[in-house]
Amino acid sequence: MNELMEKYRDEIERTLDKYPEGLQRSAVMPLLYLAQRREGYVSKQSIQDIAEILDINPTEVATLIGFYTLFYEEPGGRYRIQVCTDIACALRGSEQFFKDLCDYLEIKSGETTSDGLFTIESVMCLAACHHAPMFQVQGDGEISYHENQTLESAKAFIEEVRRKHKQNNTSTEESDT
Amino acid sequence: MSEYLLLRHRDIPNLDQLSVYRENGGFNAFQKAVTTMKPSEVIDLVRDSGLRGRGGAGFPTGVKWSFLPNDLWPHYVVANADESEPGTYKDREIMEGNPFQFIEGVMIACYAVQAQRGYIYLRGEFWQIGDKLNACIENLEKAGLLGDDIFGKDYSLRLFVHLGAGAYIAGEETAMLESLEGMRGQPRVKPPFPAVHGVYNRPTVINNVETLSNVAGIVEHGADWFRKVGTQKSPGPKIFCLSGRVKKPGNYELPLGTTFRELIFEHGGGIIDDAKIKAIMPAGASSCLIPATDEALDTPMDWESVPALGCALGSASVMILDENTSAAWVVSKTLHFFHHESCGKCTPCREGTYWMDKLMQRFMSGQAKSSDIDILHSVASQIEGTCLCPLGEFSIPAVLTGIERFREDFEALVRS
Repeated sequence: MNELMEKYRDEIERTLDKYPEGLQRSAVMPLLYLAQRREGYVSKQSIQDIAEILDINPTEVATLIGFYTLFYEEPGGRYRIQVCTDIACALRGSEQFFKDLCDYLEIKSGETTSDGLFTIESVMCLAACHHAPMFQVQGDGEISYHENQTLESAKAFIEEVRRKHKQNNTSTEESDT
Repeated sequence: MSEYLLLRHRDIPNLDQLSVYRENGGFNAFQKAVTTMKPSEVIDLVRDSGLRGRGGAGFPTGVKWSFLPNDLWPHYVVANADESEPGTYKDREIMEGNPFQFIEGVMIACYAVQAQRGYIYLRGEFWQIGDKLNACIENLEKAGLLGDDIFGKDYSLRLFVHLGAGAYIAGEETAMLESLEGMRGQPRVKPPFPAVHGVYNRPTVINNVETLSNVAGIVEHGADWFRKVGTQKSPGPKIFCLSGRVKKPGNYELPLGTTFRELIFEHGGGIIDDAKIKAIMPAGASSCLIPATDEALDTPMDWESVPALGCALGSASVMILDENTSAAWVVSKTLHFFHHESCGKCTPCREGTYWMDKLMQRFMSGQAKSSDIDILHSVASQIEGTCLCPLGEFSIPAVLTGIERFREDFEALVRS
């Protein structure tokens, strides 16, 4: 039984169709993104599922997760806040911005907030050097850019996400009772 | 009439919509190529225009296309949209604002080498641009510009977006092909070159986004038209990504051959707080540190003149350091980057970037000895020329020129 295939059959077939007949191994990265969409990381089961779909060894799938920085083997916060502290952004104050943001979230680089919502990391150049400081947010199967940031605007974003989640949780609890 | 050739969206609102793009001449060039030109004529035209690759190497585009053998099929075109060099953000603006001009370039390249499949290898972080490009492709299929029997001719073409997942090395062309095939993005040994053994071991053209975005104009208006801008050996416009300690960082589309001074002081508004300019890095993190002398500032930015300063122009990501920027700190940042991005395949790069990064951490934490400066220089010198691909080589220029030209910045960090 292949959970991934059952869940996303149409999408997987469309993805496989993008590559020439017999060369479907090319679909391994799109499938990793798919596997990661719901939980923010690629589970062991998903690795098996992808290997089975593409008829390759699970180790060959797992090795890609280690190689490419946007794939994760372990769960993190629901949203990964990834601040660019590479040279061009650092020339415009992003190192201090990153430090301030860590302090605000009360976590260190690579850690997750106690509410499970945010993991913060510093990352390499994201091609937004003219809009520093900036960060990208990876979560819910998407990646979004937040540019020309100040500590205030970043705080506002974080609190907005927290507020929405609180609201959703409350309404879920209400509908449960 | 827009003054831009590449960043036309700055003058024409909604150019990212197919109807607007077509109202402004969009796909005339593709139609002209498919309906009135032989593939070899398209290649000749692009070669005559003198268009050179905008991804960093400056290789003549038409010549590259002409290398594909006609006895090995199918052919492929892969657009390199993996823009990851620190300081570079031009392809991103093209794809966000003027995506169809880029895609039309991909389509003309495909026709020129008779590829029926083209892939756009897009860096994973450009997730939202991926959605946009997929929507563009869907619209082109609906409009009959992609698919079977285009313009009633016996030519079929399909385009696909393939997302990378965060690896600078995948911008190296053979690593990109490995990644597209579903492997770790590690470079291949060359030769054979991708023009003969590319993706799926078939002849493949790989061009940068900005390069391809020039092609439609060349096909529509001709080689002489393109040569009116730029220099004789580096014709055409170029997008210069200005970043670092300048008042107005951003993308500036200017003729190749514009001086550093004009870019930095006229367009970029000068240095933040009117501080003194210290050095220029013209090719992102892969660059030398060029002391900002009058001679350097008055150097034209093209592929012939910049090397006279001992440095490549690369992708023209011009990073500016001011008098308050420590060259040693800059080197610590670039080395951290290259250590992180080294793919691990060849020893000089894997071990060398690691060792140099560790040495620079020693400087940054106040633990370095004076002799470490020479050790760092020696390690860098020994890596030079020994790596499998450009990544390892790219880690060197900032180190060597940083130490040779700004040694005092390293000495200032030595433990007293």
